[in-house]
Amino acid sequence: MLKRRIVGVLVVKGGIVVQSIGFSRYLPVGVPEIAVEYLNRWGIDEIVILDIDATPRKAAPALDVLKRCSALSLAPMTYGGGIASLHAIESVIQAGFEKVAVNTALVDHPEVITEGARSFGCQSIVASIDAKKTEAGYEAFVACGKRATGQAPEALAKHAQDLGAGEILLTSIDRNGSKLGYDAELISRVRAAVTIPVIVCGGVDHPRHFREAIDLGVSAVAAGNFFHYTEHSVIVAKRHLVSGQAPVRLDTYTTYEGFAHGARGRATKRDDDYLEALRFMYVPEEVI
Amino acid sequence: MSAKKIAIVNYGMGNVDSVGNALAHLGGEYFVTNEPKRLDDAHAIVLPGVGAFGAAMDNLRRMELVPALERQVKDKGKPYLGICLGMQLLAKDSVEQGFFEGLGWLDAHVLELPPGPDVRLPHVGWNTATVKRPSPILERVTEDSHFFFDHSYHLACDESVVTSTCTYGATFVSSVQKDNVLAVQFHPEKSQRNGLKMLRAFLNFVASH
Repeated sequence: MLKRRIVGVLVVKGGIVVQSIGFSRYLPVGVPEIAVEYLNRWGIDEIVILDIDATPRKAAPALDVLKRCSALSLAPMTYGGGIASLHAIESVIQAGFEKVAVNTALVDHPEVITEGARSFGCQSIVASIDAKKTEAGYEAFVACGKRATGQAPEALAKHAQDLGAGEILLTSIDRNGSKLGYDAELISRVRAAVTIPVIVCGGVDHPRHFREAIDLGVSAVAAGNFFHYTEHSVIVAKRHLVSGQAPVRLDTYTTYEGFAHGARGRATKRDDDYLEALRFMYVPEEVI
Repeated sequence: MSAKKIAIVNYGMGNVDSVGNALAHLGGEYFVTNEPKRLDDAHAIVLPGVGAFGAAMDNLRRMELVPALERQVKDKGKPYLGICLGMQLLAKDSVEQGFFEGLGWLDAHVLELPPGPDVRLPHVGWNTATVKRPSPILERVTEDSHFFFDHSYHLACDESVVTSTCTYGATFVSSVQKDNVLAVQFHPEKSQRNGLKMLRAFLNFVASH
């Protein structure tokens, strides 16, 4: 059975991974390579790197960093940021990425999406749509949330699908960094408008938020900040989901089986008897 | 035992480094090439690939790799591992964006995955493969082994070469084997530990071949 993906999003600004809050405040986290290495080791299903400096500076993708990142990941990789030509798509794929995400190009260079899908297959092109709730309803934004498109997110998503995009990455600007969970209404609108898979992002603070979006029928659930500050965050979140019978892949060597989750969704401390027994337990290293 | 060398064919379709990275993880010896002559130096050949079928065949023909691959794999019997597009190219033809002839090593055709009510295409994500017939590279695959799939087309072929299937709406072929020709629809190089285990099995198959 096809599992719902748990996706780690790394927002990169000034060459480092940042925590993003409402697309306006940024806190430093660390270098991309280390974030990629850990997410991969913790069994993430996919990694999305978004360089939010690239479009404003009209810079080409930082291919040297991307190559180092892809070499550290045995999970699929997506890159977004400054993709404005077929050549940029090709260079990112050659750097070891499976997919390329486009946002500003949806409005400024729509032909790039069609050409990219024709050359590399639609499964290589992800349309990244950032949406905000305004008085007139939801509106899609480009250029890192700076430029309004005048279009409803579901209309832009449908347009992206018609252009040849193979997936939608839908981010709620309002929920980004808010810890309030996903925007269910936004998700339902966009999901109903397209027949390609939808990845949702923005607002996760607890594994149950992933579950809520999975129950809305999305193909993949993404988070950025949520994964950064806790050891084994991916495995612990997946354990929570799998324990609740959610269709999620948990096949890392360590699975946190038998662990309970506390109020914040983190693994709680095991009882003293277990920890005592653990001292004499032999856990062999996995041989691949 | 001297390590056997694997040639990863770089024919301009998608990235070849991912496969190299995964083989390097396992201590496998490999080189990346697009020169037909260099395939002579290899003990086995891996054909990765992401992208459109027609463009892939054009590139293989332009680089004069089609006769070279046939000599190495069909005549000399070197182990071959096709990944994703590298599996689909084994077919006689494909209907992806038109109608294109393939390598034709298998009596097979590449068709679009059938859409369904709960089937969003492309088929992208982690899915399990059900083993239908023993094959060296499937030795350690269990019902809980997940692999990363990313495709809209599938290989329709004779049951006799099918080694595993996958289900997404309909059931389709996830791996095939015909003698020394092995191929998978998913991406073992991007499937974390289960992918590494499969590539380890392929290296063992090459070593014992």
